[in-house]
Amino acid sequence: MSATGIGASVKRKEDHRFITGKGHYTDDINRPGQAYAYFLRSPHAHATINKIDTSAALASAGVVAVLTGADAVADKIGAHVCGWTIHSKDGSPMKVGSYPALAHGKALYVGDPVAVVIADTYSQAKDAAESVNIDYGVLPAAIDTASAAKPGQPQVHDLAPNNTVFNWHVGDKAATDAAFAKAAHVTKFDLVNNRLIPNAMEPRSALGDYDSGTDTITLYSTSQNPHVARLVLSAFQGVAPEHKLRVIAPDVGGGFGSKIFIYNEETVCAWAAKKLDRPVKWTAERTESFLADAHGRDHVTHAELALDASGKMLALRAHTIANLGAYPSTFWSAVPTYLYAILLSGQYDIPAIYAEVDAVYTNTVSVDALRGAGRPEATFVVERIVEMAARELGRDPAEFRRANFVKSFPHQTPVILCYDAGDYPAALDKALALADYKGVGARKAASAAKGKLRGVGFSAYIEACGLAPSAAVGSLGAGVGLWESAEVRVNPVGTVEVLTGCHSHGQGHETTYAQLVSDRLGIPIENVSILHGDTDKVQFGMGTYGSRSGAVGMSAISKALDKIEAKAKKVAGHVLEAAEGDIEFKDGKFTVRGTDKSTDFVSVALNAYIAHKFNGQELEPGLKETAFWDPTNFTFPAGVHICEVEVDPETGVTKIDRWTAVDDFGVLINPMIVEGQVHGGVAHGIGQALLEGAVYNADGQLLTASYMDYCMPRADDLPSYKVATTETRCPSNPLGMKGCGEAGAIASPPAVINAITDALGHEDVAMPATPQVVWRAAQKSKQKRAAE
Amino acid sequence: MIHVSMKVNGKAVSADVDPRTLLVQFLRENLRLTGTHVGCDTSQCGACVVQVDGRAIKSCTTLAASSEGSDVVTIEGLAKGGKLHPMQQAFQDNHALQCGFCTPGMIMSAIDIVHRKGSNLDEHTIREELEGNICRCTGYHNIVKAVAEGARGMASGAKAAE
Repeated sequence: MSATGIGASVKRKEDHRFITGKGHYTDDINRPGQAYAYFLRSPHAHATINKIDTSAALASAGVVAVLTGADAVADKIGAHVCGWTIHSKDGSPMKVGSYPALAHGKALYVGDPVAVVIADTYSQAKDAAESVNIDYGVLPAAIDTASAAKPGQPQVHDLAPNNTVFNWHVGDKAATDAAFAKAAHVTKFDLVNNRLIPNAMEPRSALGDYDSGTDTITLYSTSQNPHVARLVLSAFQGVAPEHKLRVIAPDVGGGFGSKIFIYNEETVCAWAAKKLDRPVKWTAERTESFLADAHGRDHVTHAELALDASGKMLALRAHTIANLGAYPSTFWSAVPTYLYAILLSGQYDIPAIYAEVDAVYTNTVSVDALRGAGRPEATFVVERIVEMAARELGRDPAEFRRANFVKSFPHQTPVILCYDAGDYPAALDKALALADYKGVGARKAASAAKGKLRGVGFSAYIEACGLAPSAAVGSLGAGVGLWESAEVRVNPVGTVEVLTGCHSHGQGHETTYAQLVSDRLGIPIENVSILHGDTDKVQFGMGTYGSRSGAVGMSAISKALDKIEAKAKKVAGHVLEAAEGDIEFKDGKFTVRGTDKSTDFVSVALNAYIAHKFNGQELEPGLKETAFWDPTNFTFPAGVHICEVEVDPETGVTKIDRWTAVDDFGVLINPMIVEGQVHGGVAHGIGQALLEGAVYNADGQLLTASYMDYCMPRADDLPSYKVATTETRCPSNPLGMKGCGEAGAIASPPAVINAITDALGHEDVAMPATPQVVWRAAQKSKQKRAAE
Repeated sequence: MIHVSMKVNGKAVSADVDPRTLLVQFLRENLRLTGTHVGCDTSQCGACVVQVDGRAIKSCTTLAASSEGSDVVTIEGLAKGGKLHPMQQAFQDNHALQCGFCTPGMIMSAIDIVHRKGSNLDEHTIREELEGNICRCTGYHNIVKAVAEGARGMASGAKAAE
């Protein structure tokens, strides 16, 4: 392994600009003559928009325009589109309500953009917004997940009776029912997977810039996938044709899924810039982020696990109600279906599984992918019910899991996925050792002596990522392919630029991708630049989410590097006056096999461009190759996380005392970056388990719309983590990578709740397990013990 | 409009601004020092932390006018002659940043912690003192390590300067 190659913890190339304040985020960009947009948002969860009087606002100082939904319709700005069609059990397609660029006729959630005021300064736009008079007809709202589909509820979209988007199912119902009928033991579990608000630290921002000379719009945007944004803005919303629309996603300050989707504000800034022939910029205030960024999770689930007398898992069934909010967001329908229920086999050999998902509209902001996206919800179901089953049967939770693990590969689950490789006992053994599981008894006694309750919780998670094989997702309803593209440009002096369709917003691609190139071409890592996030530079790409940038994005680069190597060998053959087949390439050197005749990479690069040594008819000049990589399977990272908590039963405060994470991510490119991804993911999951929860009141007002009301994990809420890995190579991509970006957030919530419930001896602990929730559970547990 | 003047990163600056202009707006829009970020506008997240007269403050809830005559240091003013401040170096060395958005505020707060609490910082102190800075990417583990190392670096740098 070289110091900058695959497997080395290379310090990040992108850090210098960030630690010196020289990053370029969207809001850092200003264009000459720029105007500012302020969005007027519905204060009501559900209301007709009867009349909008903009006359006073238009007369206000500095105001350039006030645009409404009617203007967008008049200018033929189309509705947003959901990229994944789910069919209900009866074969009917999901019910897709209209999602206009600005609310028109009706507002469907608190925060729904109804009009935009554009002025010379942001303050002027905001001041003028006060004088826009909107006549709303307030309607009753459907808010609650569990009851939204019940008869008599207010209807969010007329075309979706009982607020039902779809009633979907997967698995074999008859086989599952039969297995339950012969079960010796059934564990049952009702849960709420709490609704989360993503909270990337950089608020969303959009800057539209129109060039009337070329009739081209440039949109600077906080996007995880600028080409997908361009596609939607162009093909579906009609803002401009693709060749007249450039989307640039510069440095982006975290995404976690929330910046995948195409939002109204981006559409409006691009449209308004052309309409007004003036740059138009908008940057969210944090409360706008809370109100209008797509939220995550929000499931109500009943699950059952059937076991035989020996504790062998026979079947699992689940019924989930998934709240999708008011509007069909970009990938919203895939999250509670093909990213959720097909993970319900966990790491276990379960012969039969059947899951039903009822997706509902409510008068809340859309719910779409958030770090893990469906897989944390599945893991919470599986790992809580498995833990409860072990407790009910009096089995050690680690050994109960081990007894039911999938042990041979490939393993076809009853819910579509085919696990290709893994070694689940290896991760469990390593985690048990690192967590000093043998010492738990003594530590529990020590805590008890202080009046505290100590508990240990496991989570043996699996996820499907490396999104995704295009044919597979197409057969499941996706409207797009999920391949990735790469272009490798070797310059005449031997430096290299890689253009990728993935996008880095914290993942460190400028480093890891450069490591791959440095490793393959044997050139210094300083000589490699990674370009991303610009639709004019990069040929195409599907962006970054679903832990795809390694397994899919780097595979595309690897494929392009294969082509570079093949062509460079041809050039080297001419330089060295040898047959192409006799050229060997190793450590940046081309050698004629069996001789000491050699030349280096820089010389070959130069000769490729000066093209003096070969005939341009037989070998094209230049050294630049492109590749598209479409994976053949999902990847299956898996691992074991162990959380150890100490609960104070008098205050309900939970302290996480130890965190052990052992993950199998396949081959690692940069272990330092991988560890960082695990830390961040675990923190996100601990946030879900202990602190975070979006709360709407019955009227649909978001009560948690600031950092005073929505509890983000802070440094003093979290422990340090013990992180280790095991490795089984992923067989479906050339680098053997599986992906690591979401694992922590997927694994951690059930580990925390399993630990707290172990400490309390009481299973009914909802997320977020705030001190109040835990204190109440501790009281119930105490009462139960006293009664016994 | 009112006139404000102050020293920013060692340079005298002045401008006529709307009286309600916040210090962060003055830095970002008037001076185009965009390393200082706005993450929440309610002084919770700490992305906007700068030093004013040697103390860390949240520039998103400070009027530019109230910093009249002050000596302001932003993230752009830390590195001297191409050499990183020890806290900047520690953030890179410990992989204490991912998306980089909270990082300028984190570094400015971290330096302030060292100024107030000394250079021998334990984990508990660092975690408590970082309460006013939110990071969504790192889970804080590496930030805590970086602050401890940066604090030691600041101490040895100060010693070397003596």
